Amino acid sequence: MNDETISGPGSSLDVDAARRRLLGTAMGAMAGTGAVAAAWPFLASMRTSAKAEALGAPVETDISTLQPGELRTYEWRGKPVWVLKRTPDMLETLKQNDSYLRDPKSSADQQPPYAANEERARSDHKDIFVAVGICTHLGCSPMFKPQHPAPEIHPHWQGGFFCPCHGSKFDLAGRVYQGVPAPLNLVIPPYRYAGATTLIIGDDEQEKTA
Amino acid sequence: MSQIKSSRIVKKPPLSEAAAGLLAWVDSRFPLTKTWREHVSEYYAPRNFNFWYYFGSLALLVLVNQIVTGIFLTMNYKPSATEAFASIEYIMRDVSWGWLIRYMHSTGASAFFVVIYLHMFRGLLYGSYRKPRELVWLVGMGIYLCLMAEAFMGYLLPWGNMSFWGAQVIISLFGAVPVVGEGLAQWIRGDYVVSDVTLNRFFALHVIGLPLALLGLVVLHLLALHEVGSNNPDGIDIKKKLGADGHPIEGVPFHPYYTVKDIVGAVVFLMLVAAVIFFEPTFGGLFLEHANFTPADPLLTPPEIAPVWYFTPFYAILRAVPNKLFGVILMGLAVMSFFFLPWLDRGKVLSIRYRGWIYKSALAVFVLSFLGLGYLGTQPVTTDSVLGLPIAPLMAARILAVLYFGFFLLMPIYTRLDPSKPVPESLT
Amino acid sequence: MRAGWMLMMGCLLGSGLATAQEAHLSAPRIDTHNKTVLQRGARLFHNYCLSCHSAHFARYQRMGEDLGIPTEQLKANLMFTTNKPGDTMQVALRPQDAAAWFGKPPPDLTLTARYRGKAWLYNYLKGFYQDDKRPFGVNNAVFPDVAMPHVLVNLEGLKRRVPADGKGQERYEQISPGLLDAAAYDRAVRDLVAYMSYLAEPAGLKRPRLGVWVLIFLGAMLILAILLKKEVWKDVPH
Repeated sequence: MNDETISGPGSSLDVDAARRRLLGTAMGAMAGTGAVAAAWPFLASMRTSAKAEALGAPVETDISTLQPGELRTYEWRGKPVWVLKRTPDMLETLKQNDSYLRDPKSSADQQPPYAANEERARSDHKDIFVAVGICTHLGCSPMFKPQHPAPEIHPHWQGGFFCPCHGSKFDLAGRVYQGVPAPLNLVIPPYRYAGATTLIIGDDEQEKTA
Repeated sequence: MSQIKSSRIVKKPPLSEAAAGLLAWVDSRFPLTKTWREHVSEYYAPRNFNFWYYFGSLALLVLVNQIVTGIFLTMNYKPSATEAFASIEYIMRDVSWGWLIRYMHSTGASAFFVVIYLHMFRGLLYGSYRKPRELVWLVGMGIYLCLMAEAFMGYLLPWGNMSFWGAQVIISLFGAVPVVGEGLAQWIRGDYVVSDVTLNRFFALHVIGLPLALLGLVVLHLLALHEVGSNNPDGIDIKKKLGADGHPIEGVPFHPYYTVKDIVGAVVFLMLVAAVIFFEPTFGGLFLEHANFTPADPLLTPPEIAPVWYFTPFYAILRAVPNKLFGVILMGLAVMSFFFLPWLDRGKVLSIRYRGWIYKSALAVFVLSFLGLGYLGTQPVTTDSVLGLPIAPLMAARILAVLYFGFFLLMPIYTRLDPSKPVPESLT
Repeated sequence: MRAGWMLMMGCLLGSGLATAQEAHLSAPRIDTHNKTVLQRGARLFHNYCLSCHSAHFARYQRMGEDLGIPTEQLKANLMFTTNKPGDTMQVALRPQDAAAWFGKPPPDLTLTARYRGKAWLYNYLKGFYQDDKRPFGVNNAVFPDVAMPHVLVNLEGLKRRVPADGKGQERYEQISPGLLDAAAYDRAVRDLVAYMSYLAEPAGLKRPRLGVWVLIFLGAMLILAILLKKEVWKDVPH
């Protein structure tokens, strides 16, 4: 500590270089840690806010008046969600489509596990098709085309969804046809039934806990 | 084991070598190393900086804080009379960590003025505005004016009742200007009263206009300072004694000596600010006023209307004058007087250390009058005593205002009469 | 140097205390960090206040999470106008009805604890007394000619003001009992004020706890910074 005799900056002979380096490194590490910790609240502030989460809360709807063959559109998290009550005929056609589809077994992760079946629906309401009505190509909303045959859409059209933007085609379970721009089946949102006729879109909490 | 290690080193050039190559590439195209040397690693500052020399770098730190927190507040704030107040509460509740960012910004605003006032006081202590640093001082005063405008406009944005009435009162001051006054006030508001239009333009100026001006002035401030060199508590020119290397013998390179020192100051400062942010973010109603927790109501003035603490010395002067126009003029002069300091001061020495009793007393009186006016500006005028003394607040403010202006007006006289002490050859 | 810091801190603290606006009203310490207190306050607030006043910046779900109230209990005991926990605390009363009944719509209460202060709220809620000249038969000691009825009258009972005379100062005496005795009512009011302070600043619950960690971190950094400064400054002669 005796540095009275030193004449100028940097010329000290009793400077402990190792100690100085250690202190400098420790300071750098600590300042870095502090900077990262301080950056966290700022990055976190860009997450979905409580308000957006509240606005994106599950949508509850009564499906008792939904007629066979009828499609209704609901808004959930700002996106259109279709609820289609399929007739027995419609469900029958699903079995004939497999060879024309990209992913007939729904192996890609586009649906909750309970909808990874041929109907892409919960097993207790196989006729009700719930899907996010957004094309997996570039985000347009496809049109409902139940009439068939319709050779102008596809030689083997059994009814389904046709995207006007770039011609992507999906069957009545939202499975994508081969040879169209869309790469994946339509997304099935989480949903559950509360009682026989109440459908809750966007929430399957009870499934998780059960 | 050692073979593996050495072969690895041989294959891969050390990082420093690659970095040096990159640096050389940049340096031949841009003065990076040159600028770093000129302004940091070979900027020689006197080695005897004391406590008062922390506030320049602290001001820079707060400026960065205000800009960063401001950007993130802007992401969620809505500059509209119908949505502004709710958007602040949205930030305080619904946005993750929004409360912290907002408190950092609001506390930072007050901290900015604490730091700037202490920085200016340092200038008065050691004569830092004197030749050859007149431009450093003038640009600095420009920064201070910008900062006042920035703070005033920022205060309207939460659209609380104090925001509204504060803006209403201050803009009305422009109405005191003869002939064009009313038109001028209306032009600033863009409406007959402070309204959505006013809020929108204040937002524009607060988030982009003034910050740009502020940043530009800060660069000028530093360039001017580094041209003439820093003053010091002895007020001695260290450039008179150069060493063999051409650098001042009594100076040390800013980096690493003052960077490591300023880190100490910065950490202490951050601790004080963090204490406010986390334990008393409204600071007893001084940093965030109670009346601002209710939305702007053009029909209901808050019972006790006072500006935020950093404006109160000038507000007290305004209130002390019974004539509207004259009050506004005096308030303006109270701020502008600082600009003239380099030419008002006729003392033979710079630093307070070698000034005589006259200047020391004058400065003490000035500081007390400034603090006293600041206190009076926060108090209602309806009482007849100040701190238990039997004097009306307005009368007290008048006396203090006379002392305040006396410091400037009489400066050419008393600095000449002041019995200064001899200045030593070397830093003490 | 040390003197300078002390001076600065002294000024800041002094000015902070000097302007505390609640100086003229006294109130007991109100525990705003105790979840049991806050839950009791929530029950009072949601049953007595929220039917006329909104708290429209606050969300039920956030409140439930902060106070440790499960969603089912929240829905059953504290939510009366909506069944969506993400909603804000709106009021069933229509503004025009409110204006007709009370003269003006009851103010939103989200921020009242920050606007008026805890001490004011405490004294206000304990300040109702009988006054037959007022439309609702009561007046208030800290808010003269208040337009609000004494909503908590079944808890507190009714008081009468005894004006100051030669013998003593102004005082209040109980003229009809409520469900709670004086001590229990005092506790209820403190609970309510605590909850309203929480409502005014939900972040206030975790803010001081986080602050302690920040200061510990900065304190450690300060020690290191001082050591580094001393080490580097060994070069410089004095």
